Amino acid sequence: MADEPKTETMDAESAIQNEYRWGFSTDIEQDMAPPGLNEDVIRLISKRKNEPDWLLEWRLKAYRHWLTIKEPSWATVHHPPIDYNSIIYYAAPRKKKLLESLDEVDPKLLETYEKLGIPLDEQKMLAGVAVDAVFDSVSVATTFKDTLAKYGVIFCSFSEAVQEHPDLVRKYLGRVVPPTDNFFAVLNSAVFTDGSFCYVPKGVRCPMELSTYFRINAKNTGQFERTLLIADEGATVSYLEGCTAPQRDENQLHAAVVELFAHEKATIKYSTVQNWYPGDENGKGGIYNFVTKRGRCDGDHSHISWTQVETGSAITWKYPSCILKGDHSVGEFYSIAVTNNYQQADTGSKMTHLGKNTRSTIVSKGISAGHSANSYRGLVRMGPACNSSRNHSQCDSLLLGDQAAAHTFPYIDVQNPDTTVEHEATTSKVNDDQLFFLQQRGINPEDAVSMIVNGFCREVLMELPMEFAVEARKLLAISLEGSIG
Amino acid sequence: MLTITDLKASVAGNDILKGVNLSVNEGDVHAIMGPNGSGKSTLANVLAGHPAYTVTSGTATYKGENLLDKEPHLRAREGLFLAFQHPVEIPGVTNAYFLKNALNALREHNGEEPVDAVEFRTILEENIRIVGIDNALLKRPVNEGFSGGEKKRNEILQLLVLNPALAILDETDSGLDIDALKIVASGVNHFRADDRAVVVVTHYQRLLNYIEPDFVHVLMDGRIVKSGDRMLAQELEARGYDWIRDELSEGDAA
Repeated sequence: MADEPKTETMDAESAIQNEYRWGFSTDIEQDMAPPGLNEDVIRLISKRKNEPDWLLEWRLKAYRHWLTIKEPSWATVHHPPIDYNSIIYYAAPRKKKLLESLDEVDPKLLETYEKLGIPLDEQKMLAGVAVDAVFDSVSVATTFKDTLAKYGVIFCSFSEAVQEHPDLVRKYLGRVVPPTDNFFAVLNSAVFTDGSFCYVPKGVRCPMELSTYFRINAKNTGQFERTLLIADEGATVSYLEGCTAPQRDENQLHAAVVELFAHEKATIKYSTVQNWYPGDENGKGGIYNFVTKRGRCDGDHSHISWTQVETGSAITWKYPSCILKGDHSVGEFYSIAVTNNYQQADTGSKMTHLGKNTRSTIVSKGISAGHSANSYRGLVRMGPACNSSRNHSQCDSLLLGDQAAAHTFPYIDVQNPDTTVEHEATTSKVNDDQLFFLQQRGINPEDAVSMIVNGFCREVLMELPMEFAVEARKLLAISLEGSIG
Repeated sequence: MLTITDLKASVAGNDILKGVNLSVNEGDVHAIMGPNGSGKSTLANVLAGHPAYTVTSGTATYKGENLLDKEPHLRAREGLFLAFQHPVEIPGVTNAYFLKNALNALREHNGEEPVDAVEFRTILEENIRIVGIDNALLKRPVNEGFSGGEKKRNEILQLLVLNPALAILDETDSGLDIDALKIVASGVNHFRADDRAVVVVTHYQRLLNYIEPDFVHVLMDGRIVKSGDRMLAQELEARGYDWIRDELSEGDAA
């Protein structure tokens, strides 16, 4: 038990910088598809990526299904209708040949990553984080692959996996999020361009934290990445995902799918720090982050844990979920969602208990400031055969100022009487007396807010891997700048 | 060190301070006494800059500068400390973490290096002994689940660690049993020095049995109506406040 948070609060100077710091864009020649969505575009994507026929068919099946369904409207978010025919579905940096090492990567790309603070350069990688960096749709560099290979761990871009490990991809793709799932997941299934793939073989504890940094760069492109992570029997893996996007006035759509598959006694920990461009202080621009993340605890005693820190995006629509199929399997969801200005977030989790003695925990911390709206939406379902299963949900909301909104929508569906479901919810306000107390001890107002918010989120921050926790704390402070008078 | 001249202040539109004059020099301990609702806590909060209070006229000069223009955290960094009557809870923020950040904010302001872990531990150990609080309270969130007495001792711990020039204690004795009162008083006496000043705001004389004031002032209806030495406090204890009120009305009649 660590009693004292290990990190320092950020210095005042960086807390005052009020701009979106990742709002630069890189000028690189792009290989793009024309805007719009039809079977030809899908064929083009599949062809460019040299995909096998089964995958093209899989995409087309999804696309045909997509044509028959409507965009969901149940979330507590508002936005003008999305014109799916004005989006460019494929954009790739033009590259001359396959890259042998980082030295061959376009220096402009490396510069971009440097601004993002991604330690791509292997020499800089003190912490042993392997990075699969996704720049728009194509993964440009993968590090530490050799080290991982020694353990039999496969960690590569999705496209590469399709070429090098087609059997694994075919076996698992769509097993957790089928190509006929929800509207945005189906769209992703039709047009996804790249993403990360990871397979950890039987009994292997992955020797390092795996990390992917996604970035939307090209104008008017949607980003539809697909991540597939498989932990075989007894395997353990921790995966970190960080996201930023350049600053643009138009809204951009991001509809990703993440599938996690845990076999018997396997453990997957998936952590996200999401910092997509949230729009300006008047609500102009920003990313629509409509993401489907789901894990399947397929084997007995398997364990999937989601941790997310969501500070970015104009609109977030995201419910990382667990299907607890194996007996004694465990699902966890730890979330911090911060909204400021005119941001909207509708986020939460779904825990579906199917196996016996399954356990799930949901801890959600929502912080709303400015004119933003922040909703927790969660579903806990106890299936008919899940005897002796338990869920505990705790949803806390913190309000800053008097213009922000917080909502909680817990859905509980119990089909087995031999189960326990607990739900706790609180709503509180950062009050003037707390702020005054901290200021009276010499702490400046921005740091005082940051300290209160960090304290509110402590349970979740403690779930994050160390290096991510530091970044998350900084992001929390930056996201809430200007939120107090 | 602190000069208050004809200070008037209101809260939520009600005039509370109606012209306070007070001068505090280095080394002084002043006690401000008065019946409930006389404006004692308002004076303490106005000096520290609580946003709920509005200064309507008058001045307060601290170390030769206008105090009332400064933001609360800058007043604190320049050595003005308020021990709260009702210390707030900060969930999830450990006491030690909070104290370290506060100390470093002061150090940075004074152009000093941040405190290192070993030095900080030494400072804490020295001071928790004086205020008699359990080491475990340092690892718990600020004031969360603390008893009334623990909260007050925790305020004194902050006083000792942050080591200000001017300490204002707002009803620090309220809700304390006699043992806790003695400990709090010994903490304040430990703090007392020739280059520091203390303003003790209290309703009762009993705290002044342990913290001997140099001056005692009676605040009534927003004004300091009587000043004296510690004998005045004892007289108030024996006779209550009514005789001063009577004295005042006689004065008005004359």
